[in-house]
Order: sequence, then structure tokens, then C-alpha cells
Amino acid sequence: MKSKWWITGLAIALLLVVLSPVASKLPDGLDRFAEDHNFVDKAGEPAFTLVPDYTFPGIDNEATAIILGGLLGTLLLFGVVFGLANWMKSKHEA
Amino acid sequence: MHIPDGFLSGPVAVATGAVAVAAIAVAVKETNTKMGEKQVPMMGVLAAFIFAAQMLNFPVAGGTSGHFLGAALAAVLLGPWATVLIMSSVLVVQSLIFQDGGLLALGANITNMGIIAVFSSYYIYKGIDALFRHTKAATLAGAGIGAWFSVVLASLACAAELSISGTSPWALAIAAMGGVYMLIGVGEGLITVAVLSLIMATRADLLKLQVV
Repeated sequence: MKSKWWITGLAIALLLVVLSPVASKLPDGLDRFAEDHNFVDKAGEPAFTLVPDYTFPGIDNEATAIILGGLLGTLLLFGVVFGLANWMKSKHEA
Repeated sequence: MHIPDGFLSGPVAVATGAVAVAAIAVAVKETNTKMGEKQVPMMGVLAAFIFAAQMLNFPVAGGTSGHFLGAALAAVLLGPWATVLIMSSVLVVQSLIFQDGGLLALGANITNMGIIAVFSSYYIYKGIDALFRHTKAATLAGAGIGAWFSVVLASLACAAELSISGTSPWALAIAAMGGVYMLIGVGEGLITVAVLSLIMATRADLLKLQVV
């Protein structure tokens, strides 16, 4: 247990993802401001979309699609940032 | 407060992009030689946790929602430069893969949420923690107050970028953004204190991993 604290941390992050379908769908502070003051239309369409709105494309069930999108991002960020930090560590310890 | 493409002028996008690139370069240099055994998994876990927690929008006043940012939490745990790398990684992935925050606005989003939020909360936390002699209460109060400021100051920077870009008048942008994010910042402070309390109660040694 003592050496595996970060597995607990990652598990908590993945647990939060499972809750994400019940998150508020209201616009956030910036979006709300843009809507209220009529510049929301200035937002351009993205040049490409991969997993827009954290919703995995091609899945009918919205909650499942959001959870899959969230799992992808959470695991990807764990891997990328762990990898970056580990690379930094290995460079100066070598 | 992820800015989409279209809200910022070219010069603002370029200037904030340069700030972001410079800060990331310094962050790599500062953290490079100080990354140790325990910092590596903490970097990964914080990036994962911050991404996941940012998906959980909570309603605030007037049909608006907010979400956790995480810059203050990471800055307290790992220090500001390591946090610049974590927040930048989260923002790059959100922009590239999830189309949350524009590609051309990435520099501004990193400047606001990955630099301004990080350093403001860190120094406010350090100041309060030192002023009240590093007691548990001082650490938590400093982190909570720093977290509130991190969100409010990031929102004011965002408002300034919108104004300089000619998207919104200054007074309006400052009042509207500042007003909403003063409320969202309360959530930021509470979540930051809750997570730190949990770590203090279970693994207090993890509070001593500051890189730089």
C-alpha cells in the first residue's frame, strides 16, 4: 500500500470520469459572457475534431461516450506527463 | 475559461504564444535535474486528476457553470515550474484532442491557466503559510486563498486579452469575467483544501515533494 499511493490517486481520477455524465451542461463563465454579449458566434469551427466536447464519436449512448472520452484523456495525460517526468529523471540519474 | 479560436486578435495570440513557449522552456530547464523517484508518479497523477476533475462542471449563479482548475493544488504539491508543465500538458491535450480551447488560442490559455494561475496561487500560498508559521491551518488557508486568486486572476487576464483583441469593451469584460470567476474561485478554494486535507490525513509525506 505504502509504495502504491499513486495508483490510488489514478483510481480516484478514473472514478471522477465515471461521474462526468452528471456534470452541469450549463455554459462556463467565459461561454456565458460570450453568449450574453453576442460574440459567441466569433468562435470559429475547429480545423479538425477528434473527440469534440469530450464525447467519443460514433457511440449512441451519450453517457458512455463521455466516460470513454474522459478515460482516454485521463489515461493519456497520466502516460504523457509520467513519461515526460520519467525521461527528465533518467537523464540526470544516468 | 478555455478560449476558443476567433475571440483573440493575431497579435494577442502571437504575444501570448511567445509567453507560453518561453515559460515552458524555462520550466523544462528548472525541473529537469530535480525530478526524483516520487515526483514522477505525482506529475502523472496530478495531470490525470486535473483533466478528470475539469470535466466536472458544477452550476454557479445565473445559468452558468464552473469547474476545478487545479493550478493551485499542483503548485502547492510540486512547485510552480513543475506545475507549468502539468497545466500546459493538460491544455495541449484538451485543445488537440477534445477541441476545448482553440489551437491558436493555446498560448493565451496556457498563459492564463498554466502560468498566471500557477504563480499567483503559489506565492500567495507561500506567503500565508510562512506568515502563520507553516501550521496545518496556515498551509490549508494559504492554499485555499491562493486557489481563489488563481481563478480570479486568470479570468481577469482572459478579460484583458478579449479587450485588447477588440472582442469586448474593457469595463464589461473585467466586470463580467471577474464577477463570475469570483464565485467559481470559491469552489476552487474548497476543492483544493479538501484534496490537500485528504493528502495530509493519509500521506502527509507527499506534501514535501516540491520540485521547484
